[in-house]
Parts: sequence; structure tokens; C-alpha cells
Amino acid sequence: MKPSTLSFLLAGLLLTGGAHASAADHVHASHAWIRVLPGDLPAGAYVTLQNDGDQPVALSGASSTVYADVMLHRSSTAGGTSRMTMVDALPVPAHGKAALAPAGYHLMLMQANAPVKPGDTVRLTLSFTDGSTLATDFIARPANAMDADDDSAMPSMDHGAMPHASGH
Amino acid sequence: MKLCRAFLPALLLVAGLLLAGCQHGEPLPFRLTDISSHMPDLDFKLTDDQGKAVTGADYRGKVALLYFGYTHCPDVCPLTLAQLHVVMQRLGPLADGARILFVSVDPARDTPAVMHAYVNAFDPRAVGLTGDARATEALSKRYRSAFTREPGSADGSYEVSHSSAIYVFDRDGKARLLATPSASHDDLVHDLHLLLDTGATP
Repeated sequence: MKPSTLSFLLAGLLLTGGAHASAADHVHASHAWIRVLPGDLPAGAYVTLQNDGDQPVALSGASSTVYADVMLHRSSTAGGTSRMTMVDALPVPAHGKAALAPAGYHLMLMQANAPVKPGDTVRLTLSFTDGSTLATDFIARPANAMDADDDSAMPSMDHGAMPHASGH
Repeated sequence: MKLCRAFLPALLLVAGLLLAGCQHGEPLPFRLTDISSHMPDLDFKLTDDQGKAVTGADYRGKVALLYFGYTHCPDVCPLTLAQLHVVMQRLGPLADGARILFVSVDPARDTPAVMHAYVNAFDPRAVGLTGDARATEALSKRYRSAFTREPGSADGSYEVSHSSAIYVFDRDGKARLLATPSASHDDLVHDLHLLLDTGATP
């Protein structure tokens, strides 16, 4: 955590006497996964965020020691055309959830400093608009995976060139 | 006997017409959007992911699933190809009669080598096709499939918006179906079965 974030958090706690904890304190992350693509192609990361707090929060982005650049994006299809746009924040309603999922909101991960293989775990630090952060482990999945943990896409890997998670 | 000889060619002609009727005249009970005779046949001049020059005719005898995209697309393109992979798996051995043709609308970055690694990460029956801007544009225009390059950002990267449709061609290269990425796997499997079961290559 950056010192500035820490001091911001401390200041926030002191000012409010802890009555309003940070966004990250109320958010639980699940189904966190990355679709790994060959070479140095940008990858998409997905996660479901559950907000147990009484206040809405908003995800503003993420960072990682593994990827040089992480951007919050949204794919949309209108009139039969797909496009990606950068978004500033994804709101998570109070006592509600928001999903980053294929064909919608996702984190675009760019320039991995080492190859990420299916089965690897990559830690991303999610950041919220109030400055709080939430370290989350993402599981790396093959390019043709459909979800964080489905098996539907795995059989082709048996006769493909790509090693299984246990293969390295 | 003279009568028979005169009739024989006529009978053969009628039989031939009936057979042809079975193959192309009868509408198949498709669940996806039927574009039979509304779109031109599969035709292009591109380079495959092995670096070989190919044309639409090289895929006659296969049911072709044509999809436009690019490899620097981390979300929708991989999702679509992953879905097509699931569909191919559900088709079992029949899937060998089909090819996924992934055409790059970003030829500047998508070399055959990049495309080869990319398509093979999804399905062994996927082929990556690239070409110069003109050839790619000609193909996308042929199927009224638009794509545009979004203005680049400071670091020189750029995004490409592209048609999300999947065009399905039968073994004779005739356009038959239009599917969107949101089409159900069941419908895709159902319709591909119809195309793969009928009109098998002689």
C-alpha cells in the first residue's frame, strides 16, 4: 500500500472515529480470474464484487506488480458492433454486487513482466474511489475458458500444446 | 426402345433437379438467422496462420464460421472464440467438417505467427487469416461488416471496434446463417448439425 493511501486511510479513520470504514473494508471479491492469451497480448481479468456496507462504493481500477498497466474497461455491443471503452469507475451498490464479466466490465492487463500461465495465481490490488484498496488473488485460466472454474474448455487442452496447471 | 432412350435424359434431368432441390431449395429448419441467398458466397484472398496464401475456395467442403476480430482484444474476441470452441466440442467428430475462420481487422499488429498462437489457444479447427488493409476491408464490406480504428492513445496503442457477427457458410461456400455472440450454444450446435449432416462432400 502506498504511504499516501495509508495516511489517507488513517486520516479517514481518525476523522470519522471508524464509523465509516473504507470501501475496501466492506467489499468481498470472488470468482476472480484472468483469461490468459498467448505471447504478450493483453489479457482480461474478471471478478465479482459484493458490497456488504450501507454505502455504495465504486471500483476505480487496479494495479499489479506483474502487469505494467491495468485499465478498467467496458465492452459493449451496439448495432452489431463491439467496442471497448475506458471507464472511470464501476459502482457497487450498498448491500449489492457488481460483476466484471466477459462482454462487459473487465480489467485489461497489459505488458506482463513474466509469462503468466494457466493455473498461476496473480495478485491484483483493486482500488476504490475513496482511495482504499483490496488485494485479490486471480486465477489464470486458459484462453478458451468460459468462467473462473468451469471444466468445459479443458478437454481440448489434453491434446493441445498448452500444459496443464500441474505441468510446470 | 426409342421412347425409352428419349426419356432417359429427361428422367435424369428431373432426378438431378430433385436432388439439387433437396440440397439448396428446401429451407433447413434453422434456429439462427437464415441468410441463405442474402449474402454472397465465401470468397477472399488472405494469408493463413501458417503464412500460406489462401482463398475462400480452399475451404469448400468445410462448413465455415467467419468472424472478424483482432488479437489485442482481451474481452469479446476471446469470449466469442471460446464459445465457438465449446460449440465445436459439443459437435464431437462432426466438428472436423467445420472451420472457424478468424479474420484480423488489425493486420498491422496481427502477423500470421501471432495469429497462429492465438487461434490455437482456442480450438484446433480455428484458422487465423490476415491480409493487407485492402483485402481485409474488401472481405468485411462483402458481408457488410464494419470495423473502425479508434483514435490512438498517447502510448501509440489503439482500439478497434468491429462487427460482432459470426457468418456461417455451408460446404459449398454459400452463406447460410448469421449468429451473434449472444446466440445460445444449443442453437449454434443445432444449426451446425443441420449443415454438417447434409451436403457431405461427395
